[in-house]
Amino acid sequence: MTAALRLKLENIVKEYPGCRANDGIDLTVGAGEIHALLGENGAGKSTLMKVIYGVVQPDEGRMIWNGHPVTVDSPARAREMGIGMVFQHFSLFETLTVAENIALGLPADEARDRRKLDQRIREVSGRYGMALDPRRYVSTLSVGERQRVEIVRCLIQESTLLILDEPTSVLTPQEVTALFATLRQLSSEGCSILFISHKLEEVRSLCHNATVLRQGKVSGDCRPGEVSAADIARLMVGDDTPISTQVSAAQTGDVLLDVRNLGCKSRAPFGTSLTDVNFQLRQGEIVGIAGVAGNGQDELLKALSGEIRADWGEIELDGVRMNALSPGQRRKLGVAIVPEERLGRGAVPGMSLAENALLTASGQDLVGRGMIRFGRVRSFSREVIRRFGVRCIGEDSTAASLSGGNLQKYIIGREALQNPRMLVASHPTWGVDVGSAVAIHEALVALRDEGASILLVSEDLDELFQLCSRIGALCQGRLSPLARTAELSIEQLGEWMAGGFGSAEATHAAA
Amino acid sequence: MELLTNILAAMVVAGTPLLLVALGELICERSGVLNLGQEGMMLMGAVAGFVVALTTGSLAVAVFASVFAGIGMALLFALMAVTLAANQYAAGLALTIFGTGLSAFVGAGFVGESIDGFERVAIPLLSDIPVIGRVLFHQDLLVYFSLVVFAGIWLFLHHSRGGLLLRAVGEDPDAANANGLKVLVVRYLAVAFGGGMAGLAGAYLSLAYTPMWTENMTAGRGWIALALVVFATWRPERVLIGAWLFGAASILHLVLQGLGWRASTELLAMLPYVVTILMLVLLSWNPARTRLNTPLSLGQPYRPGR
Repeated sequence: MTAALRLKLENIVKEYPGCRANDGIDLTVGAGEIHALLGENGAGKSTLMKVIYGVVQPDEGRMIWNGHPVTVDSPARAREMGIGMVFQHFSLFETLTVAENIALGLPADEARDRRKLDQRIREVSGRYGMALDPRRYVSTLSVGERQRVEIVRCLIQESTLLILDEPTSVLTPQEVTALFATLRQLSSEGCSILFISHKLEEVRSLCHNATVLRQGKVSGDCRPGEVSAADIARLMVGDDTPISTQVSAAQTGDVLLDVRNLGCKSRAPFGTSLTDVNFQLRQGEIVGIAGVAGNGQDELLKALSGEIRADWGEIELDGVRMNALSPGQRRKLGVAIVPEERLGRGAVPGMSLAENALLTASGQDLVGRGMIRFGRVRSFSREVIRRFGVRCIGEDSTAASLSGGNLQKYIIGREALQNPRMLVASHPTWGVDVGSAVAIHEALVALRDEGASILLVSEDLDELFQLCSRIGALCQGRLSPLARTAELSIEQLGEWMAGGFGSAEATHAAA
Repeated sequence: MELLTNILAAMVVAGTPLLLVALGELICERSGVLNLGQEGMMLMGAVAGFVVALTTGSLAVAVFASVFAGIGMALLFALMAVTLAANQYAAGLALTIFGTGLSAFVGAGFVGESIDGFERVAIPLLSDIPVIGRVLFHQDLLVYFSLVVFAGIWLFLHHSRGGLLLRAVGEDPDAANANGLKVLVVRYLAVAFGGGMAGLAGAYLSLAYTPMWTENMTAGRGWIALALVVFATWRPERVLIGAWLFGAASILHLVLQGLGWRASTELLAMLPYVVTILMLVLLSWNPARTRLNTPLSLGQPYRPGR
């Protein structure tokens, strides 16, 4: 790639109160180049992206676009220049149609003739193998289809630099393959792509060059195809952090949780209802549930925690029927839940860590005669902080002041110290730095070895294959068979994630 | 037949102030701003219109005064709730209380005065159609205007780029900003439009419906309008149905009394409120359809740039 320079950043500095998010970053992207931006959460990737896309202004530094110094003061300006962005959490409007969403980003005169616009959408989406119906409402589209809308929107705006923020985290392996084909085609036509990710294998297969960030600085540049994933990981995390956990084999015991024909209508608008879910969870094993977000994971978690009641079927914990039990009663039976949203459901942002311990651990003798025993609350909280290596000032820090990884360690520690018989964890390492992720994995395995059953809902397939003894996938509220991890191929799991498993027979056969 | 025609004509008249204020609030809420100050803005519109009509003798000038009084109040609200990102509920309630007090103060010297209000104007040809002619085309100018505004809003929401911007901002201001839309400008315009419509609704009460000023003459219509917009699931055609239904029910209790029904007047006076809400609850049964029209960011202040 010796093509002309499309984008050059020189010494970009962006400071937030208490943190230097970007500290003198240099970056160059050539025309037609697929350039990876790598780094852990908090390394400064999002900030740098926002600078390029004009959402925030850098404190120092220069941005050179096609050879000319520029100031990008708004996303609208970035668009005009030809910078398109595909957000991780899409910036689409669910209640509008595909065409309306795309029209919003176009100048008024181009958007006026809807029929012509529909035509253009079909043309562009067809050319790059991303079939789209312009008249459909976004709310009816799958996550993969929504991503196509975002990409097609950028293409229709004639973007010459496409920024993709962790685009594959919401896709099945097959969809990833299709996306990569599209991106390679775009690149061959001269469109530059800035690909933000922390999945190293993907970066190695797709990207020409990579820039790695750590703590706001560039820690290295490399050609990802020519170095090993471990080398890149080292650049990301530094020398003193372990990058993976060694997981011993599980010693499984008797069936603890038995879920039969579970059905559950979703309470959320556009949510996914569960249909005929069957599975068993044994003592001392970790079972993984893969699936693209929004395929019933949230409903499954809530049905198990008791936040919503099952409409059909049976949930039994060690022979005790739990269907009609409230979340509190289930907790007394030894069910612990680590929800996906750390702030808001797992912890109250504005309250201290000690107060947050009370949320779920009030049964651990922290309350007596209706009064809170603050001494015990604080010592319980200190114990969690010490045992699980939570980095914070102390048990009086507010939950919101902790980084995602540290808060997650605290939440998991809080549940683990109560010796649960069953733990349901949803996306426990989502958005967590590598060091904390390793600590969280170790905590889950330790809990497993004490005999607890763990249900791990995650989109991170590496994590599932590493930790779980059996894995299944949710698609549109149905659960695939659970297969032994050793006997399951990633292609098979990908097919399950896309709904490619038989109906009830297949599920029973495996159960 | 004659009786029915009269009832329907009276229904439209009684429903018009509600229709005006509710359409304004619908636009405002579609941008994601909940303005609980409708009652206050209506009262200010009513008193401003009446005072100006009495002093200048011109109904046209009076109507403009009402609209500007409403917009002025709305801008005050927008300053708090949009620019300063204050809590919308608190700011709206404060606006109602402020408007109620201020209108009583301004209008204190004008209680008991009277003016010649809007006259009915028959539209040639159209008013000769049986029943419909009398009901829709033999009314005062403000009724015609309310129909024009209704049609305009319907077209605006579903067929114009402006309507698309408004819906986008109301659904997700962050995404709208990322798409390069000016969230605060859209919200300001929507709030101001809502204020103008509330002022006009007030004008209808004090210049056409009952051409006089009494303290608190809106009698809770601003609140009913707020409920109406929600139960109408933010769709203008349902607001129209709901407003006229309310009009019909409020006429009905007069008619029933006239026919010699023996029922407590208090119970009958409740009728419009009960009928309107029941009807709209039934209409808004389908949650998926409702969700398509609900402004998701309703009530949440937006701070650009975070």
